Amino acid sequence: MQGVSWEYLVGHANYWLFVTLMMTGLYIVVARGNFVKKIIGLNIFQSAVIMLYISMGKVEGGTAPIFPLDGEIDPAITYTNPLPHVLMLTAIVVGIATTSLALALIVRIREEYGTIEEQDIWEAEQEISARERRQYGEVFGEAGK
Amino acid sequence: MAIGLAAVRTRSLFALVMLSGGFSLISAALFVTLDAVDVAFTEAAVGAGVSTVLMLGTLALTSRYERPPVHRPWLPLFVVTVTGAALIYGTLDMPNFGDANAPAMLHVMPEYLAREPHEIGVPNIVTAILASYRGYDTLGETAVVFTAGIGVVALLATLARRRRRRDGEEEES
Repeated sequence: MQGVSWEYLVGHANYWLFVTLMMTGLYIVVARGNFVKKIIGLNIFQSAVIMLYISMGKVEGGTAPIFPLDGEIDPAITYTNPLPHVLMLTAIVVGIATTSLALALIVRIREEYGTIEEQDIWEAEQEISARERRQYGEVFGEAGK
Repeated sequence: MAIGLAAVRTRSLFALVMLSGGFSLISAALFVTLDAVDVAFTEAAVGAGVSTVLMLGTLALTSRYERPPVHRPWLPLFVVTVTGAALIYGTLDMPNFGDANAPAMLHVMPEYLAREPHEIGVPNIVTAILASYRGYDTLGETAVVFTAGIGVVALLATLARRRRRRDGEEEES
């Protein structure tokens, strides 16, 4: 262990944990064919990003950024950085909005194709385009032979 | 973490949705320990509550089980490993966890903390920043939510009518 201190490892373990979680989400998105499962993978990915930012805002020994009600602010108290909290609140709400839009799209896809598996939809698309090629081949004569 | 791995394995979508609700709840607890109480209760309400309900609604309208995957997992696994390695490489020169002298703590944050009591006067600094200093962000956020709401309505509004019409056609033929 040359040059890498124990403190450094512990101080960065949180980032690596969140990167691992993020990659779990990405794996679900890439490797699984079911659309609902892809959306859940995307949510896991998003939560990992949010956790990463929140953990960046944490100050050692700090407390939640809320002042006492009487307005007497003790300068000895350290507060955690409130800015990432604000940004991540926005991110969570926007995330749920896009998730609901995606789920609505899934319902429409299911209605149109009768399936929510990527593979089935790909096969259906191939079939449709083959049928169209045959149809236009008849119109234009020799094409399609 | 364990829930994430379980989510990869399970094929029952119902169990998966329940797992993701539990995952949200645990992450809300994590946010409390990181002093982000506002984020924690938003996550508990939105992640564990609303999104679980939405997912269950989708499952009710579609199918409940997933088919086993047809492809080999090696290519996605490779992509994910490379991306993860790049990201970890990117964290190597980040400040330590909880470091009070990190760049993020030295510029805007003390400014907000010092000016907030006499400029706005709301005890909760997160609320003050959200509604006042970064009010335009919040305005944009509500615009996004509104647009998404319109999109969902546009996609699903005619669902019942189309379904009824299709049933009628089947009965005629």
